[in-house]
Amino acid sequence: MKRIEAINNFVVKFANVNGSGSASANELFARSILRMGVPISPRNIFPSNIQGLPTWYEVRVNETGYRGRRGGVDLMVAMNPQTWDADLKEIEAGGYVFYDNTKPLPKSKFRDDVNVIGMPLTGICNATYSDPRQRQLFKNIIYVGALSTLLDIDPNEIERLFSEQYKGKETLLQSNVKALRLGRDYAREHLGGPIGLRVKRSNGVGHKIFIDGNSAAALGAVYGGATVCAWYPITPSSSLAEAFIKHCQKYRIDPATGKHKFAIVQAEDELASIGIAIGAGWNGARAFTCTSGPGISLMTEFIGLAYFAEIPVVIIDVQRGGPSTGMPTRTQQSDLLSCAYASHGDTKHVLLLPEDPRECFEFSAQAFDLADRLQTPVFVMTDLDIGMNSRLCEPLKWDDARVYDRGKVMTYEELEAGKDFGRYLDIDGDGIPYRTYPGTHPTRGAYFTRGTTKDRYARYSEAGPDYVDNMQRLLRKFETAKTLVPKPLLYPADKPARFGAIFYGSTSPAMQEALDVLAERGIHINALRVRGFPFQEEIADFVAAHPWVFVVEQNRDAQLKTLLVNEAKVNPTRLLSVLHYDGTPITARFIVDQVSQHAAARTVVPLKKVVS
Amino acid sequence: MTYLAKPRLHHPELPKNNVGYTRRDYEGAVSTLCAGCGHDSISAAIVQACWELDIEPHRVAKLSGIGCSSKTPTYFLGNSHGFNSVHGRMPSVLTGANLANRDLLYMGVSGDGDSASIGLGQFAHCMRRGVNMVYLVENNGVYGLTKGQFSATADKGSKSKRGVINNDEPVDMIGLALQLGATFVARSFSGDKQQLVPLIKAAIEHQGAAFIDVVSPCVAFNNHAGSTKSYDYVREHNEAVNRLDFITGREEITTDYAPGESVEVTQHDGSVLRLRKLAPDYDPTDRIKAMNYLQERAAAGEVVTGLLYVKPDPSDLHTYLNTLEKPLNRLGERELCPGAVALEKLNAALR
Repeated sequence: MKRIEAINNFVVKFANVNGSGSASANELFARSILRMGVPISPRNIFPSNIQGLPTWYEVRVNETGYRGRRGGVDLMVAMNPQTWDADLKEIEAGGYVFYDNTKPLPKSKFRDDVNVIGMPLTGICNATYSDPRQRQLFKNIIYVGALSTLLDIDPNEIERLFSEQYKGKETLLQSNVKALRLGRDYAREHLGGPIGLRVKRSNGVGHKIFIDGNSAAALGAVYGGATVCAWYPITPSSSLAEAFIKHCQKYRIDPATGKHKFAIVQAEDELASIGIAIGAGWNGARAFTCTSGPGISLMTEFIGLAYFAEIPVVIIDVQRGGPSTGMPTRTQQSDLLSCAYASHGDTKHVLLLPEDPRECFEFSAQAFDLADRLQTPVFVMTDLDIGMNSRLCEPLKWDDARVYDRGKVMTYEELEAGKDFGRYLDIDGDGIPYRTYPGTHPTRGAYFTRGTTKDRYARYSEAGPDYVDNMQRLLRKFETAKTLVPKPLLYPADKPARFGAIFYGSTSPAMQEALDVLAERGIHINALRVRGFPFQEEIADFVAAHPWVFVVEQNRDAQLKTLLVNEAKVNPTRLLSVLHYDGTPITARFIVDQVSQHAAARTVVPLKKVVS
Repeated sequence: MTYLAKPRLHHPELPKNNVGYTRRDYEGAVSTLCAGCGHDSISAAIVQACWELDIEPHRVAKLSGIGCSSKTPTYFLGNSHGFNSVHGRMPSVLTGANLANRDLLYMGVSGDGDSASIGLGQFAHCMRRGVNMVYLVENNGVYGLTKGQFSATADKGSKSKRGVINNDEPVDMIGLALQLGATFVARSFSGDKQQLVPLIKAAIEHQGAAFIDVVSPCVAFNNHAGSTKSYDYVREHNEAVNRLDFITGREEITTDYAPGESVEVTQHDGSVLRLRKLAPDYDPTDRIKAMNYLQERAAAGEVVTGLLYVKPDPSDLHTYLNTLEKPLNRLGERELCPGAVALEKLNAALR
């Protein structure tokens, strides 16, 4: 039988039962490879459940550093009988299945083209441990041990990880090391040692860091100066708020007094979360909320108020599959339109589209400057794939010379000096008026904030011209926003390219890989990664420069394409959608496949040429 | 009259308070509510209370939701920042504003539609959290701005102007506030300024969640026979448990009471609330008894008013959150940003 042979370039997938303690064992496996200097990209595929339903952990090992999902599995660690059949199908021909053979399975349950590695995990555990909880937990460590022998992973790295994790907990450390060695010894003695997939020490990781997007975005909020956070638990954004709590405990406690330089409220719902953030933003604190699609739906009335009353607020949307409860634990990029146009009436909002945890950090810090400068809600559009999976990325950077841009805030001194204050008065021609913080001056600068129409001096007005004047200024402000949001990044093809491709967010790693594969196959594509909305002129120019432009997205309705046609006024007939929306992260294979089909259809020689 | 601008000229001998302001300095724009609206009396009571307490107008933030009551912040404290937010959502906006700057005084003005119907959830949770504020509900039992539909505080069996009988049980906001942890709970009547002004003053002084339910008749849609929120009905059924006469530390006590006629509540800051007893056995510091008493009297058809409950040593959300004394909105990158070195360390820990 064929046996896949690969060094530092394969996919291992763990099929487990939720709540069985497999998550930490699987992460241990992944980290040990990382410690050997070999780039990995792990992904959790988990159910909306605490215990009992199937869950998967997929680790792509890739020396080149491709961080997208590849598609296909080389080694399946099949620990869940519920999903056995489907799991087995996913394995590439010549791949491997590792399973617990304490109870034998009939031959019909296997594939002829897959190498079978059986290990009596339950038997070993039952013989070694008497406590049922230990039997379960150490079973996971034992298979990690066996896998380390099979894949030639340095056991010292795993033991080092143990000693970091169980610092000062000697008993736990010893028992884990014992289980690990038990697995290693068994694999060496009974499973014939290493298989065709190997991990070889490398320096592919270099100075990169391993962090999840939610943690990084929360850190960005700390660095960006957020002091007020209000949130309501919702997957996949809860861990962002929880990370903010953790980072604040570490970085934001006043050493002299022990007092907190932050206020975090777990609100009763998303309506209150955004209300609290808006109240704090109105009063001059940097405030944010984090949520996912259903939360955005609930917040829209308030978002309209913040747009119209011009209140800075940051909303981090960790997108998941919708509509309704949709796929709460799966990823999508399907809130683009609902955020870009959130609320009733004519509204448009600033969106930032980070590609990975590093940009989650940068954009979420930058979002607070933008919100203050533009006096409007700013959305950071991340997703479950970036948010809840640890990703290898460039180290986080901060320039200590950086000063927060608090925007146009009129001070006591300016008011005292008699500077004309009109809350909605456009003095500089950029559509951005001045604001005052409550309590600034005894007799000047107070104004009434309302969602109702008002004139330039914030006086209640139901007059049509006042309304139009204000709405036009808001459009001018949105034009100003174009100059401030992150510019798109161009990835030019090595050779002249007829095709362009536009992509954004978590599609990035799969796209980078797909571009390389396509180039090898002779399909050269200039690619542009959109990083913010409103769109700059470069984006329309890019589309105009190519006969066809692929727009690669993770939603059904081609939301970015819609936004491009609407707002960048690009020619829709040039745009070819590549849409992936089954809830799993998009893969390079999928993009290559779709793009190749489109490209083939468009390289057919016209009939006229054939007959002439 | 609302089309007329308010004269800016003040009488030169108008008395000034200790911070140099006349009563007129606490007024706002001319009201656009109906002539005789109870809400305007409440605005006047707020003006009076703030002036008497020597509060600088610009140190107050006034927040509201949507509805007739929520329009009123325009009509008092014209030199304060105001925020007319979203229907039923004033409590969250106020909470956020309060977190951003703990040094200002927060006054939330809402109505029965705004707080007992669409905003019941936010009302409840804001009380639970103990936000330091004065939360004032101008309670008239109807939706005025949409012309007379029943609100959730309309009593069961009361009659609308169109003759419809309300079959739904009323939401008891006082009962909820007591149950949910408000540390100052009072009820008053817009037609009784003598009672209302001291209550507002005491609520402002209170360092926790202070709730005042003010029955405030709607002259346009709920002031007829068969209504339980009309001027006549409330006057007839108003049973005050006490009169808040003095807040020491602010005013000199000039009246002597016979023994047993008054009750004193010493607050955490040392100030004393002196209440003239009207119901002989009513103890405003006993929450459980207050809840029972209110239920009993409500069943007897009385509208109990006065200072119903006060916790002498309240805490507030900032205490629970252990926030810095300096307002969060005054912190800059120096205080908030951990800096490049800390980030480098963190990077190293993520390898």
